[in-house]
Amino acid sequence: MILSLLVQGVQMSLVLLAAPLLTGAVRKVKARWQRRRGASVLQPYRDLRRLLGKDVVLAENASWLFRTAPYLIFAFTWVAASLVPTFAAGLIFSWTGDLIAIIALLGAARFMLTLAGMDIGTAFGGIGASREAMIAALAEPAMLMIIIALALMAGSSQLSTIAEFMASSAAGPRVSAALALVAFVIVALAENARIPVDNPATHLELTMVHEAMVLEYSGRHLAMIELAAALKLLLMVSAIACIFGPIGLVVAGPAGAAAAAPGVAAIGAYTIGAAAYAGKLAVAAVLLGTFESAIAKMRVFRVPNLLGGALMLGLLATLLLFVSRGL
Amino acid sequence: MLPLVLAGTAVLLASGLAGLRRAAPDAARRIVYGSSLGLCAALALAGLAALGAPPTVLRLPLFVPWVGAWFRLDPLAGFFLFVVNLGGAGASLYGLGYGRHEPTPERVLAFYPAFLAAMNLVLLAADAFGFLFAWELMSVTSWALVVAHHHEPGNRRAGFLYLLMATLSGLALLLAFGLLAGPAGDYGFAAMRAARPAGGAAALALLLALAGTGAKAGLMPLHAWLPEAHPAAPSHVSALMSGVMTKVAVYAFIRIVFDLLGGPPWWAAVVVLALGGATAVLGVLQALLQRDLKRLLAYSTVENIGIVFIGLGLAMAFRADGDPIGAALALTAALFHVFNHAVFKSLLFYGAGAVQAATGSRDMDALGGLIHRMRLTSFAVLVGCGAISALPPLNGFVSEWLTFQAILLHPDLPQWGFKVMLPADGALLALAAALAAACFVKAYGITFLGRPRSQAAATAMEVDGFSRATMAGFAALCLLGGIFPGVMIDALAPVAHALLGTRLPAQLALPWVTVVPVAAARSSYNGLLIFLFIATATSLTVLAIHRFASHAVRRSPAWDCGFPDPSPATQYTADSFAQPIRRVFAASLFRAREVVTMPPPGDTGPATIEKTFCDPFWDWGYAPVAGWIDRAATTLNVLQFLTIRRYLSFVFLALVTLLLAVALWG
Repeated sequence: MILSLLVQGVQMSLVLLAAPLLTGAVRKVKARWQRRRGASVLQPYRDLRRLLGKDVVLAENASWLFRTAPYLIFAFTWVAASLVPTFAAGLIFSWTGDLIAIIALLGAARFMLTLAGMDIGTAFGGIGASREAMIAALAEPAMLMIIIALALMAGSSQLSTIAEFMASSAAGPRVSAALALVAFVIVALAENARIPVDNPATHLELTMVHEAMVLEYSGRHLAMIELAAALKLLLMVSAIACIFGPIGLVVAGPAGAAAAAPGVAAIGAYTIGAAAYAGKLAVAAVLLGTFESAIAKMRVFRVPNLLGGALMLGLLATLLLFVSRGL
Repeated sequence: MLPLVLAGTAVLLASGLAGLRRAAPDAARRIVYGSSLGLCAALALAGLAALGAPPTVLRLPLFVPWVGAWFRLDPLAGFFLFVVNLGGAGASLYGLGYGRHEPTPERVLAFYPAFLAAMNLVLLAADAFGFLFAWELMSVTSWALVVAHHHEPGNRRAGFLYLLMATLSGLALLLAFGLLAGPAGDYGFAAMRAARPAGGAAALALLLALAGTGAKAGLMPLHAWLPEAHPAAPSHVSALMSGVMTKVAVYAFIRIVFDLLGGPPWWAAVVVLALGGATAVLGVLQALLQRDLKRLLAYSTVENIGIVFIGLGLAMAFRADGDPIGAALALTAALFHVFNHAVFKSLLFYGAGAVQAATGSRDMDALGGLIHRMRLTSFAVLVGCGAISALPPLNGFVSEWLTFQAILLHPDLPQWGFKVMLPADGALLALAAALAAACFVKAYGITFLGRPRSQAAATAMEVDGFSRATMAGFAALCLLGGIFPGVMIDALAPVAHALLGTRLPAQLALPWVTVVPVAAARSSYNGLLIFLFIATATSLTVLAIHRFASHAVRRSPAWDCGFPDPSPATQYTADSFAQPIRRVFAASLFRAREVVTMPPPGDTGPATIEKTFCDPFWDWGYAPVAGWIDRAATTLNVLQFLTIRRYLSFVFLALVTLLLAVALWG
């Protein structure tokens, strides 16, 4: 029980601490592709510290919703991120919500963010909010179709159980899993406002979606939103890693692992899991940075084609599974 | 208990008479709404009590002498009694304050309690005659409330359309009951249950029941009246019509299909699933295109009815394939959504009424910035918007989550109809949920956030205490339903047991009030823990940051990239917010078009944008039918001006034809 709580606590602080590092690593990779040295991978931490220490400059007509939204967005994202297995599956609170609940928590964070974007009543906030609503209207159903496909394969919508199933020999190579992976990556790019859907580093306001919504934020509020964005990226990478590459993941759950190999052996398993997780994050950072450097941003009204493609892939994967469980 | 419930309903029916006192409208308002509040609260409690009790039956010597009037209170009726009267009590409490703004109170007060009583009677009736009587009474009284403001443009047309559709619905149900009663013609529900029709008669009865109840509930394509009629009524009556009366129609569907007909064939489930999925997505897309707040809410009701019917279709499918537990899960999800929708849709209509009372407008493009002046209203409506967008930890999420679990339950149903329909409905449900979130971000963001777009919005005042108390109470219900879903699921167990012979495993016994519909390894959800996690994470973060980092705030003009424009017209409007979604989804479905006209260089005239979209149901459904009826009526008009000789020969011909038909039949 103590060990389980400890592991859960480690997981919750790990995602919080590792999130800015992942963002920094992606930026570093992109800088290297542009033949720049780029800022240190620790730069996001420094940015956060700087923002946290600054005064908040609040628009005169900002309401209470504008001031509470950053904390709520952060809390929704953090709770969602702590439900995703990183180095070990089957944590003590993993039954609190399944994959559908995790996605819905991210939806709640987005709901607050789009509202906050509209609170000041500027055109930029509105354009960001309305485009984010359009992207979400396609990305969320695509994500749910992927979840349905995965849940049909594993016989469960619980992320830990899905990870355990994918790690077992019963999974095998499947057409539907491949389709789901492609769709999942597209949705993850859109959810995290990455190229080709949105540009996280842009300064051309008319091309922005996410940045336009948070244009009026400053100081600690902005720090919370930036941290939530980093957490969301980590969450998506962790989810893809634990579903489609559960190598090294401690799957038996803390109780099982501790019972089978008490003490040192359990800690050894967790260490291997953590090392594997760190490796997966590094691979993800390199892949994402390379992909973003290699591709151009899309026009906003071409995004629906991309996301519609993801939705169709998810639907196809589900249909295949309804036809035959083995596909 | 049943006699007491009936007596309460009768008192409710009679208390409308107090509303006719035109001399003292204030006293009349207090008497009518006060007594409705008390009676509805009592009836809601009676409904809760009936959930756990065995069914009770009562026969009164009314209506047709040899049949009498049968009444029955069983768990299904008890659950809907609770939902209807919860909504009724809320609307009455709200009406105590909101009714003050009524220009012609006697037009509302006289019919309001009768409307509530009629809905209760539908739930209690246990014979076809009594049921149809109560059904039509419900239609007529609500029609009277729809045309209460008959001087406003469009309201009389809405009333006419409503009356027409209500007639159609009543006619379909009349024929369905005729088929159910069979040649013996016993119109008691008990007799219908005993002599279940089979084959073609059962299929026809089912389709008629689907049309009759679907027309009342707002199932596409019979929904066209709903977004016209619901917004026309005073807001607390809109809340009743959208939140509660549509649920009475759902009750009628469940009563006929699950109880009276027994096990319907599997293809019926495919029809219901297809209609439910299409209704959900098309309803919410239409809602997104609206700029009238109450019309938007009415279209969103269409969407939610679609979600309920998806759940009911799943229950029919699993039942036809011999899995009562799965059917119980799907039915529980549908009934849970019935309760949730009654709560949050009532709340949102109260909010719309408050906005209308405070600003005199329900056009979103004339509102904005109300969050600063209507603090409690804006908070309660925010909770309602979150709940209807299926966000955890609120109640709307739990019922949609349960519906998803039901879809995931059986990928191995043998019929090909289900192999296609189940994943398709999963996608449609997901699409509807995502679009609903966009729709309510728009509704809330344009109405309550931003800068005021009119003088009325800039000087709006918070509404009265009764209205605020009602909204706060219903917002609390949204949260409670979301963090203790096990209570509702366990309360619904007797309903599933009565209809399907089995029930879901008890949820409240599980540790930490987790919801585990099938098995722990399959899926679980704990609203309470999610709520606690979010509350703790938020408060700890706020405390830590304000303690250790910074808590200073400076106010300044908005940044807006350095060019803030003082005119509120530079903000996004309802139409501009919906523009991306209109372009992506509605361009093909509703033929949404926008034409931008720019003046030539040098011309100082304004540029214009023209947006059009059409409703395919009107253009390809209602309008042609109305045209045919019109042409047929014009053609037959000749028959009105014949001589007596001609009329007599028609009578003679008709007689001969009928006699011939009887002779050939025998």
